[in-house]
Amino acid sequence: MTDTFTPPTRFAVPGRIPVSNRAAALWQTATLTEIRRETPRAATFRFAVPAWAGHLPGQHLMLRLTAGDGYTAQRHYSIASAPDDSGHIELTLDHVAGGEVSGWFHSVARPGDRVEVRGPLSGFFAWPGDRPALLIGAGSGVVPLMSMVRHHRSRGLGTPLRLLVSARTPEDLIYAREYGPETTPVFTRRAPEGVPVGRLSQAHLTPLLTDPPTDGWEAYVCGSNAFAEHASRLLVAAGQPVSRIRIERFG
Amino acid sequence: MNVTRDFTGRPRVHNPGLPPGQYDAGDDWPVLSAEVTPELSPADWTFRVDGLVAEPRTWDWDEAHTLPESAYEGDIHCVTSWSKFGVRFAGVSLDAFLAAVRPDAAATHAVAYSHTGYTTNLPLADLTGGRAWIAWEYDGKPLPAEHGGPARLLVPHLYFWKSAKWIAGLRLLDHDEPGFWEQNGYHARGNPWEEQRYSGD
Repeated sequence: MTDTFTPPTRFAVPGRIPVSNRAAALWQTATLTEIRRETPRAATFRFAVPAWAGHLPGQHLMLRLTAGDGYTAQRHYSIASAPDDSGHIELTLDHVAGGEVSGWFHSVARPGDRVEVRGPLSGFFAWPGDRPALLIGAGSGVVPLMSMVRHHRSRGLGTPLRLLVSARTPEDLIYAREYGPETTPVFTRRAPEGVPVGRLSQAHLTPLLTDPPTDGWEAYVCGSNAFAEHASRLLVAAGQPVSRIRIERFG
Repeated sequence: MNVTRDFTGRPRVHNPGLPPGQYDAGDDWPVLSAEVTPELSPADWTFRVDGLVAEPRTWDWDEAHTLPESAYEGDIHCVTSWSKFGVRFAGVSLDAFLAAVRPDAAATHAVAYSHTGYTTNLPLADLTGGRAWIAWEYDGKPLPAEHGGPARLLVPHLYFWKSAKWIAGLRLLDHDEPGFWEQNGYHARGNPWEEQRYSGD
């Protein structure tokens, strides 16, 4: 009676990380401490959240803004910072045209402002650093993947990790200064001299999937739905098992 | 109440159809699934109902289409906080499938599962009484694969993660059993009007 029913199917990826229900249920005050511009459209917002219970790379939170008349707006955002950033979390937000939450952050917010967050949420896209990780992101889809890269780096993990990140131009590449040899940027509109222009292709994946680490890759794909569809199809075509692809789509 | 400095939000349009904490997505229909979109043709699609029933049964595409057609026109609500108004789905009421298998009196819950392996749990009462469908048309056209086509479960009065895409079957149980997102921290029932988003809400 207590066994979980498992359907007779291909996608049998279990939830990776048990989620703390208590943390997910609780709204906490987050105080903005710093704003860093990443690209003309994206900025990183650093918050002090003293009672933050911690998170795993890849998890997200829900953020809520409240107007004077009690109206609230809430959105899901991926966490950009590594778990070891004690008492602080960072979010990197695109300035969405007409976006009521991202618009407030990009036009109004300043250090000292307070908002509310609850989380971390969802253990499915989380990566604790245990298995070789092949990370594929586009645009601000790189945000939860960067949390994984930072975690890998700050803990000095030996687990194989590769990041393919797609951006329109070099100026649009979020976290450009932070990438190391684990990262291959892909530019779709304009690239630095000597770097080809073009979307993510089989040529990027073939070397990684024909010579995978022992036990293979755990693939994490994050970006727009169009990008997620494209990247996940490439992965399947290159031989990555469907049951080891995790997707986070930015609707 | 923790008022955010200089936050006014969108102009308020009173919409009694908008549950708390939701916004109107307008023409957008975001795709939110953690899986690779399967290539599943109508010829390969089947739908099974078993568990605590008198006669377990599997329908293929053509058999399911012999059941009386039933449409839903109304709203849908995603836990990520968008709602979409006035959508039109067509398919078959789940009541028609359940009548054929005759659920046991002991059946109280169901696990819905997809051809991909995704699962979600529902009280049986949320699947009966004309409140749930197997849907294969959206806005008069075949349901797109990324939205669960060829056929998905449709339970529009609950958050939309309950409306399993690429539906493959229902197993009727005498107890509740958390599905994929429910094991990942989401609420067991997911009623948007009570903001049952996460476990503990």
